[in-house]
Amino acid sequence: MRDSRTIPSTIEYERARIEVFLVKRSLAILLTLVLGLGVVLSGCSGASKDDSQAGTDVNAQKPTETEPVYGGQLIYGMTQDLVSLDPHESTDAGTRCVVFNIYEGLVKPTAAGDLVPAVAESYDISSDAKSYTFTLRDQIRFQNGDPVTIKDIEYSIHRYAELSGESSAFSLALDQVTCPDDKTVVITLKQPDSEFLSQLTLAIIPDGSDPVQNPIGTGPFKVDTYKVGEYLDLSKNEYYWVSGAPYLDSVRFKFIADVNTAFTELQAGTIDVLNYLTTAQVDALQKSAQDQFRIVEGNMNLVHALFLNNDFEPFKDVRVRQAMCYAVDRDAINQFMFGGKSTLIGSHMIPSLQTWYEPSCADAYPHDVQKAKELLAEAGYGDGFELTITVPSQYSQHVDTAQIIADQLSEVGIKATLKQIEWSSWLTDVYKGRQYEATVIGFDGKLNPSDWLAKYGTNDSKNMTNYSNAEYDELLGKALAAVDQGEKAAYYKQMQLNLSENAASVYLEDPADFVAISSRFDGYYFYPTAAWDVSTIYMVKE
Amino acid sequence: MKSVVNKLISLIITVLVISFVTFIVFSIIPGNAAIAKLGVDASPEQIERLEEEMGLNDPIVLRYGKWLLNALKGDFGESLQYSGTKVSALLSSRLQVTLVLSLLSMGLILLFSFPISLLCVRHQGKWVDALLSGLGQVLMAVPAFFLGIMITYLLGLVLHFFKPGAYIPLSENPSRAVLYLLFPAISIALPKISMTVRFLKSSIQGELSQDYVRTARSHGMSQGKVLSAHVLKNALIPVITFLATIIAEIMAGSIVAEQVFSVPGIGRLLITSISARDFPVVQAIVMYITSVVVTAGFVMDILYILVDPRLRRK
Amino acid sequence: MKKWTLSRIWEYCKVHPKVFAGALILFVFLILSLLGQVWTPFSVTKMDPLSVSQSPSLLHIFGTDNFGRDVFSRVINGCGITVLVALLTNLVGGGIGILVGSLTGYFGGSFDQILMRINDMLLSFPSVLLALLLISFLGPGTLNVVLALGILFIPSYARIARGEVIRFKDRDFVRSARLQGVSPLRIIFLHILPNARISLFTAAAIGFNNAVLAEASMSYLGLGLQPPTPSLGRMLFEAQSYLLNCPWYALFPGITIILMILGAALLSEGLKES
Repeated sequence: MRDSRTIPSTIEYERARIEVFLVKRSLAILLTLVLGLGVVLSGCSGASKDDSQAGTDVNAQKPTETEPVYGGQLIYGMTQDLVSLDPHESTDAGTRCVVFNIYEGLVKPTAAGDLVPAVAESYDISSDAKSYTFTLRDQIRFQNGDPVTIKDIEYSIHRYAELSGESSAFSLALDQVTCPDDKTVVITLKQPDSEFLSQLTLAIIPDGSDPVQNPIGTGPFKVDTYKVGEYLDLSKNEYYWVSGAPYLDSVRFKFIADVNTAFTELQAGTIDVLNYLTTAQVDALQKSAQDQFRIVEGNMNLVHALFLNNDFEPFKDVRVRQAMCYAVDRDAINQFMFGGKSTLIGSHMIPSLQTWYEPSCADAYPHDVQKAKELLAEAGYGDGFELTITVPSQYSQHVDTAQIIADQLSEVGIKATLKQIEWSSWLTDVYKGRQYEATVIGFDGKLNPSDWLAKYGTNDSKNMTNYSNAEYDELLGKALAAVDQGEKAAYYKQMQLNLSENAASVYLEDPADFVAISSRFDGYYFYPTAAWDVSTIYMVKE
Repeated sequence: MKSVVNKLISLIITVLVISFVTFIVFSIIPGNAAIAKLGVDASPEQIERLEEEMGLNDPIVLRYGKWLLNALKGDFGESLQYSGTKVSALLSSRLQVTLVLSLLSMGLILLFSFPISLLCVRHQGKWVDALLSGLGQVLMAVPAFFLGIMITYLLGLVLHFFKPGAYIPLSENPSRAVLYLLFPAISIALPKISMTVRFLKSSIQGELSQDYVRTARSHGMSQGKVLSAHVLKNALIPVITFLATIIAEIMAGSIVAEQVFSVPGIGRLLITSISARDFPVVQAIVMYITSVVVTAGFVMDILYILVDPRLRRK
Repeated sequence: MKKWTLSRIWEYCKVHPKVFAGALILFVFLILSLLGQVWTPFSVTKMDPLSVSQSPSLLHIFGTDNFGRDVFSRVINGCGITVLVALLTNLVGGGIGILVGSLTGYFGGSFDQILMRINDMLLSFPSVLLALLLISFLGPGTLNVVLALGILFIPSYARIARGEVIRFKDRDFVRSARLQGVSPLRIIFLHILPNARISLFTAAAIGFNNAVLAEASMSYLGLGLQPPTPSLGRMLFEAQSYLLNCPWYALFPGITIILMILGAALLSEGLKES
């Protein structure tokens, strides 16, 4: 990113969409698309190269020979309930994945991990990164047909700030919102912050509206019926500003009690899409119903790790933490759990965010039992110690990973036992109360790097690992203040190296995500952030 | 008559005590609705604000008093996890589903266990008895969730008797809804049928070894006549107590079956509400289950008195 | 007392095949369980990426699980733990339940009323919530699972014992014992309960069964035995995700549970008949 730039939005957005399409889809679809949207083909062929380097497993998706038709209903299975339809509330990843289809911000993420203008037509960031200027998109309407105005944007920003609380990163950064004319919004910050754009994916909703009672946004689908605990019905937004999108007439997100039940429903054809399949389930589908489903592979966008409480007596010694890293065989975990399809990591950042990602961390601690034993002996734990790994019982992925780790740790003399607790108890005791020794969990995050890395700051309220490192805190301060993107990235990469060198935790992988989609449909794409974009999914022409 | 009144009073006290215990339980187990709802991304103030909004900071006795007062007026408050939704609205449609499911299961149990146990007693020691008891043993030995999964696989995915997960709400199409609910009902009923048959059988056999049966037989009464005239009636007495237990077990069974068969009943809601620490919803569901079980026990007690003449005299 | 020589036992078994079959099954499992505690062909916890999900073979007669662990080793080791949990659970639940149930049944009155109401409460309180409460008090762990399950089992035993005592307490033999001045405790334990043994045996067989199943169901909430400790219930629970790929993983623990319960049931039935 340059210091200051203006993006002509529609073309750029369309281009971003095409880039994704190009890599992921066959030429046949591309042609129909190009004809349909009237974009010149040459504009995108160069871009596909950039994409092929992307950490997201974009290329793993085989080009398919399908042609889209408009209409139809898709039933999307999910093994959780929505927390809230209010886009400004703090919710979980699953809920954000769904509401991604209902609301849009001034900017929105693409499958490639970029931010492109959505409700805004273009934006401009001042050279000191203190003021962000947005121009409202022409003719953009809410799902109820009302035009979007500057007032709606002001209301949404203020509502989000209020709901996030005074100490939130957003409220701390925000100084004021002004409107020089009825097409322009200027957001001024107290401090320079070049990452602030990613915060402006916050949903724009009508002035004065309450999205809990009346959820309205500008996204490709509008809410029809919401039956709590059962399903959410969405239908096509006739006013959607991207011409030709979406393909489907309606989508139902169905909430299913557990993973095994959901898989049964997938096989029975009661649902069309299901995320987070296990390798065993993928094998089963490929054996029994190969032509009924497409399996799409990507990543879960999680930092999956054995997080260590750095205040737990043995872990106060950096050598013990390093020994843990050497003792854990990440390849074996990857093989057991994901058929070797996950991307191994060595610090708290996912490879898909390639601007910020430091690749060298991933190889810092190869599996080495001897070295682990030496380090433990040096630290005075030659005979090992007892360790309790607390895991949330609902998530078999974490429980199984903890089981494998417990077995691996026994090789170096550490006697690890599991303690499964309920998710609510985990949130209270482990996450908030920090009453634990080690835990297996996966953290997701937004597109801005601070969302991933700020939680290791000594005084951060989300510093679950009790990590405290003066050099790290200094780097974090510099990274947040940096305006130049290159400089900023350099700081963030140093921070990842710092976490890796000091073995803040045992980082495992960004787990592979297998999605099964009924072969009646196609067009599923992975995002490097919490989003299940249903607008690109279409019925296949028979 | 006096004892009936006494029983009624104690029934009410039971329900009250349970409601209070549930309240205490919820203040003891770690986690609260605000933390559960906001997850890992929330700032401390967000959690604090929501806790305040949900009224979680008030002293427990005050909260219980408030709840009780409203509940007596028939108002169970608002759900915490689905803000803005009345508990009664959340429960009404699900209650119907669970009720139908429970009645179907109970129906199946009563329909099958009596004839089967009589059949087994009549043919005691023969292959029919051996086969049925063997089958019953195996059915009782399968965990509820596993039996449910087996039924979905076999009857649903292999034999296509029904489409797993394709439940149609009662309000849309009652007959198809009942047809779908039949399968989870089977998974609930099968082990309970085996249990009831076993219990009934041993009760009848125990009764058959009593002196009066031998006397009746020696006076030339036929086996069938003895069975129907004396034995069955006496054998039913312990079974009545047992049926009260069965009702409680159907409740527990439907919690599992609703998960496996994806049926939107209160069992499923109970599980999610417990994990979400959605206290008002849990409280309402516990109240429902408690009332059903306690009332069943009450009715069984009265039946007991009616059936057993020795107790009636008192 | 007649001497129990081998030939006499053989005679007895010929007359009562159920006792023989039940005892034999339980004996085999007892030996296997004991063996599983001291020796298993493979390590119970050691994972092996090279032998994941293998079907039964000469080397792994029950196949291997998703972590490459030998299912046979885990089954015989888990057997012992499961038997122990089930027995102790029923000892706790049955002991307290029968005592409470028979006392309240015999004496009646307000004592009976109060205890039966407490019983009702336990019975009507959703077991999920109760288990959650108990485990969050006690913390997860094998002994705590026994305690929690035992408490859950009290009401059903108490109800049955109470029903039996009420059924017998006005019978002639009890009345005559009472007239002779026999103490109530003696009447309950020496006169009434032996007569109720049929129902109690049945209840115990069901209780053993239920304990095994309840432990499995508690795994649903992660409240059961903690991995990597192998219990049959936990194995069955974990296996359901792999039902399509490696059915043997579910099959062998499942068959073991069924056989074990069958053995207990045959024995109780056979003894009852003799």
